[in-house]
Amino acid sequence: MEAGTNDRVIVCKDLTKQFGDFRAVDHISFEVNAGEIFGFLGANGAGKTTAMRILCGLSYPTSGSATVAGYDVYRQQEKIKANIGYMSQKFSLYENLTVYENMEFYGGVYGLSRADIRQRGERMLDRLGLSSEAKKMVGELPLGWKQKLAFSVAIIHRPKIVFLDEPTGGVDPLTRRQFWDLIYEASADGITVFVTTHYMDEAEYCNRISVMVDGCVEALDTPTKLKKDFNTDSMEGVFLQLARRAKRS
Amino acid sequence: MADVVLEHIVKTYAKGEVKAVNDISFAVEKGELFGLIGPDGAGKTSIFRMLTTVSIPDSGNAKVMGFDIATESREIRKRVGYMPGRFSLYQDLTVEENLTFFATVFNTTIEENYDLIKDIYDQIRPFSRRPAGKLSGGMKQKLALCCALIHKPEVLFLDEPTTGVDVVSRKEFWEMLKRLKALGITILVSTPYMDEASMCDRIALIQKGNIMSINTPQGIIDGFGLSLYAVKARDIYGLLKSFRTDSAVNSCYAFGEYLHLTLHDDANGEKVIQDLVAKYKPEEFEMKRITPTIEDSFISLMNESEKATV
Repeated sequence: MEAGTNDRVIVCKDLTKQFGDFRAVDHISFEVNAGEIFGFLGANGAGKTTAMRILCGLSYPTSGSATVAGYDVYRQQEKIKANIGYMSQKFSLYENLTVYENMEFYGGVYGLSRADIRQRGERMLDRLGLSSEAKKMVGELPLGWKQKLAFSVAIIHRPKIVFLDEPTGGVDPLTRRQFWDLIYEASADGITVFVTTHYMDEAEYCNRISVMVDGCVEALDTPTKLKKDFNTDSMEGVFLQLARRAKRS
Repeated sequence: MADVVLEHIVKTYAKGEVKAVNDISFAVEKGELFGLIGPDGAGKTSIFRMLTTVSIPDSGNAKVMGFDIATESREIRKRVGYMPGRFSLYQDLTVEENLTFFATVFNTTIEENYDLIKDIYDQIRPFSRRPAGKLSGGMKQKLALCCALIHKPEVLFLDEPTTGVDVVSRKEFWEMLKRLKALGITILVSTPYMDEASMCDRIALIQKGNIMSINTPQGIIDGFGLSLYAVKARDIYGLLKSFRTDSAVNSCYAFGEYLHLTLHDDANGEKVIQDLVAKYKPEEFEMKRITPTIEDSFISLMNESEKATV
């Protein structure tokens, strides 16, 4: 890890991505601290996905700088990929592999030994209450379990940071809350969580939140401070005021 | 008279192993905006597919505008608009081509019913030559609604029109639905977002193929039955962990910046909370009594039905 970035897992400065004459991400600057739950909000088309792709080492910025887990987004994409976890609403699980085979697969991809996979896998199954389902095909599991499993698999290699792209879409209110328990546990274990969501009550569960509008980070603070600054009692109120400033569609 | 009537509808998949819809009955009155509220896997899409005559139930009867879904599908298809959750648009056709396609299929033209879609279409008209696949989520949803309306249906079926769409576009979409309702169109709409339930005249809360409750949003809230408290402390996750395992607590879960709490000894709630505070000594503790939301009711009904099946 590079000097001076030990407590900051993401450092972004004037990060910009241009597609032709369209500036999807426009000079965004922010830092994310180790162990923090960081909510990354914005309306559809505000530039969240483009920014996340850069931070995950999948796309190069046009200008500006950023490091993720201490690695540079221009020169060290492969190092970034090895040190992050990623989960989206469209799960990365293989439906026709069993629960345990999915763990073996991802553990293997991230270079864990068989012994490590077995040990971490068993603990994970135990924690999720899925021990009796280890030999079941993932395709047979209810959506909520798949989501919890997808998250656990995304952090099987104990990354410094995990990116969650709308992880809780479509599940019932109880399962959604159980999912957030997993997020809190991961954060308590020192894993930084970078999460996007359309549920405004979930925005309240984050330590800090940024809101993107038309490619720019228009607000960044704790939920309490944002609500105070925007003189409203809910994150939805904050979001609506900001998103209505958007000019592009 | 009711425009949509379901009686004891059952739908299974995989040779009866997967029960998608489990003996469901309800009716949607003419001109009503009726919401099916529930998560993925609740059976919402199966209900829509049967009512739009795309699939047939294992048993039970249903009628749409007086026509039987099993034997009079052609009559029904002429009179209803259907916006499926996914794949309703041709991604490589432009906005205008999609709309023309749907108008032609129903033997009409864009011009003939333009007044019905004008408010909505005006918002996407600047992009009329853009392929549908290149529209943002909110604009795709507006185009899909225009396509479902172009033949002037009397009943509109909207399957999760706002899923994955941001809060601003969702608000705009519900305002459009209110205007369509004012024109007398009967609307059956599904959503996984509990906060949208309050926009409906009546709602059915649905989970695992069963209807847990049907009522007006206010009626559902009035039926909550227990006093509900919002509490918070500096370490909110710590507070959650200690409260929800305490034997005095009926339920405790995160809800925005607060935890929502109900107690077994409902009549002496505030006293019980004082005892809990004395026991766990949370820092910066705050407490207030609140009115439940639809989501609170949904959670409570889910907990009850899970207890009943154990």
